[in-house]
Amino acid sequence: MNWTAISARLESWRTRGQAVRQRTRRIRRRLAVFLAVVGPGLIVSNVDNDAGGIYTYSLAGAQFGYTVLWSLIPMTFALYVTLEMCSRMGAVTGKGLSDLIREQFGFRVTFFVMAAVLLVNLGNVLAEFAGVASAMQIFGVSKYVSVPLAAIIVWVLVLRGTARRVEKIFLAVCVVYLAYVVSAVLAKPDWMRALLHLLPPHALQWIPAAKPFVVVPRIDGSYLLILAALVGTTIAPWQHFYLQAAVVEKRVGPRQYAHTRKDVLVGSISCMVIVFFIIVCTAATLYASGHRHINDAAEAAQALRPLAGRWASVLFALGLLNASLFAASILPLSTAYVICEALGFESGIDRKFSEARIFYWLYTAMLVVGGGLILLPGAPLIRIAVLSQVANGFLLPIVLIFVLLLVNRRDLMGELTNSRGFNLVAWATSIAMIVLTIVLVYAALFRPGEALGISPGLP
Amino acid sequence: MLHATELLGAEAYDAQGNFVGRVTELFIEPADQPNRVARMLLGRGKYLPLVVRYDHVASVAPGRVRLNVEEKALEHYRPNEAWLAVQKDLLDQQIIDTDGRKVVRVNDLNLAEQRTNGTIELRVTQVDIGLTGAVRRLLQGLAPPSMIRRIQAKLPARLIRWEFVNLIEPDPLRRVKLRMTPQKLERLHPADLADIMEKLSPAEREAIIASVDEPTAAEALAELDARLTTQIVEKLDPERAAGIIEEMEPDQAADLLAGLRPETSQELLREMPGEEAQEVRALLRFDENTAGGMMNPEFVFVGETATRDEVVEWIRSKDVDLDQLDTVFLIDGEARFSGAVRLSRLLLAAPDQRMVELKAEPLLWVPPEAEDKEVFELFDKYNLRSLGVVDQSSRPIGAITVDDVVSRLRANQ
Repeated sequence: MNWTAISARLESWRTRGQAVRQRTRRIRRRLAVFLAVVGPGLIVSNVDNDAGGIYTYSLAGAQFGYTVLWSLIPMTFALYVTLEMCSRMGAVTGKGLSDLIREQFGFRVTFFVMAAVLLVNLGNVLAEFAGVASAMQIFGVSKYVSVPLAAIIVWVLVLRGTARRVEKIFLAVCVVYLAYVVSAVLAKPDWMRALLHLLPPHALQWIPAAKPFVVVPRIDGSYLLILAALVGTTIAPWQHFYLQAAVVEKRVGPRQYAHTRKDVLVGSISCMVIVFFIIVCTAATLYASGHRHINDAAEAAQALRPLAGRWASVLFALGLLNASLFAASILPLSTAYVICEALGFESGIDRKFSEARIFYWLYTAMLVVGGGLILLPGAPLIRIAVLSQVANGFLLPIVLIFVLLLVNRRDLMGELTNSRGFNLVAWATSIAMIVLTIVLVYAALFRPGEALGISPGLP
Repeated sequence: MLHATELLGAEAYDAQGNFVGRVTELFIEPADQPNRVARMLLGRGKYLPLVVRYDHVASVAPGRVRLNVEEKALEHYRPNEAWLAVQKDLLDQQIIDTDGRKVVRVNDLNLAEQRTNGTIELRVTQVDIGLTGAVRRLLQGLAPPSMIRRIQAKLPARLIRWEFVNLIEPDPLRRVKLRMTPQKLERLHPADLADIMEKLSPAEREAIIASVDEPTAAEALAELDARLTTQIVEKLDPERAAGIIEEMEPDQAADLLAGLRPETSQELLREMPGEEAQEVRALLRFDENTAGGMMNPEFVFVGETATRDEVVEWIRSKDVDLDQLDTVFLIDGEARFSGAVRLSRLLLAAPDQRMVELKAEPLLWVPPEAEDKEVFELFDKYNLRSLGVVDQSSRPIGAITVDDVVSRLRANQ
């Protein structure tokens, strides 16, 4: 082929390309709107599967096998219902949750809520660094190397990147959660049984065809406790602040809101799908072989090695590392953001250091304190993880009540307040979660052995 | 000096020294005096609240107000939209600092006491947005006032003078009642105004665009994030929206209309005067990401044989948009595009030099279908300020200026 033929061919491709572009203009624009809006929901739900979460899920699978799986569907629902309210408030009012609390409930209330948010989130950051430390220990890296390194990576990533690029990185990181899917496949579970247990076994046992495959759990203290723990790690107070702020930051208006709702829905479901695979993975291996007592997520990863092979174990640990790092980069940032907005300090990573000093100091301090405490020799990593969940449990009811009060204000939300049906569901969900978290907090404070999964009846 | 927080919750005693109630709200009546605390609301538990007028106040101190009348002389409270409520409308809310060109949140108000024939008038002097106000809000009622004053003396103050405070009221009727004028906002640079609007909620953004004059609104909208612009315009009254779009550069207007729902943009085009609508319609035919979508159909073109003096004289006589005057485009005898002359060359040219001699080499132009990337490359390579867009029959139909290129590049980032 000679040169003119090549260039003619190129030219024809170019014009064809232009024609296609012309024709797909509408679709492309719509897709662009969707992609511009998507993100916060996915990120917020996935960060939820953090170090503490992965530990709880592994423990649930190891102790009770498939019999806890049925709780995932109602939990997906609860997660979606509570997050959707916040994203809707963000889209309609154009204000963050902390701004709304400030404007509607005054300075003093806001100050105490923010102080609680700071403490609780600091606990969570500690737990994330504990996750980094224990995941890297599996790969033979000392925590004195891994934790400072992680803190520096997170600090640089967030402060040196633009907001949009950081979000893209975060979205890409969501893919790493698929490591758990592979891990679960390598564990060779009985998929039919696992899927069947997504329906409540207590109901399923009355269907003759399904009965032989179903294990009905005995409902006792430790079973309820693990259910409470699952809920407690899945729905965290900081998510609501983060999501609403992110929706506002993305300038989602009432018109683009439909996309955001899908984003939140997809996020809630994808989060729970990952949880499903984690539980299935440990249920098929640890539970099946009687290894029902684990102390942290890293131990679960190590226990997988003889049962499901080296790769399953490595991927599990990798997933843990990713989740901890991911959460450690989002939590301090969102905390600094929320607090500064509420109390009227300049904030945002698009600001220079000199413009938003308190914001940057808060952000840095959370990383330094969070990582630093983990480095103390003999830091009780597991206890920290459990206590951070307890702190979440204390704060969550407060946040949910604020959310429900605000979302039903007609002067703020106009036509988009909760409908009566939605309100019923939302209050029921919130009350159920409040009860379950109170159970969890009670157990963690007064029966810490069981909250750690070291109940006396188990090996 | 007093602070609003020290007064809210203060005990009020009448001329006889009897306790009347607690101050629950302070009102300013901007239609009367823009900075005077005109009324105080006294809450009395289960009894109806009473209103204290400014000339009923004998003395004020932190936590304590003395009246110069008896309780009987006070009126019952009836809500009034023309009163600006300090607690409800100001504290914890966002305001625009027109001096610092920022959106800030109010922590407290500073009040000055002014003695006028036997009574004390309170004047709002500054808005406290810093730590001092925050500490006061936090500790008020929990710690003794003297201690709070001692603590805050050590803290750095962040204050905004009341004259520079611009409130944002989404309700247009209340805006009128509160005598809120948009002049302070109109004096801001449109880019600053756009920045401020990005910090606000949708309702507040709409309120600003609805209240400022059309040229300011048009310039601010052009500077604003595209998604916000569409959100605002779709909420506006169509007549007002058309009026604003008319004030915009045709290329910016076309960009805006392209983002709207088709029904809305058609309706707005119908509202606009024929000639402007025609120009914008022509631009809407082009894909956003092509030269046609970027160009402005209003540009300066002259015959290539004209002399420098003739051209300058002609430009002076016309009402030419200064933003489009970087470059003068040339046409030949048959109205075909034949070149471009930079303003700097025009400035230095001899009075009788002809345009042909001044035109830039090489002869650069793009067809309207050219992709934006191609346009960016030309601007970069030849350091252009302006580039002609030429149709199939060689007629110039528009010009792309460097500011269009910069804003596109920023948006694509």
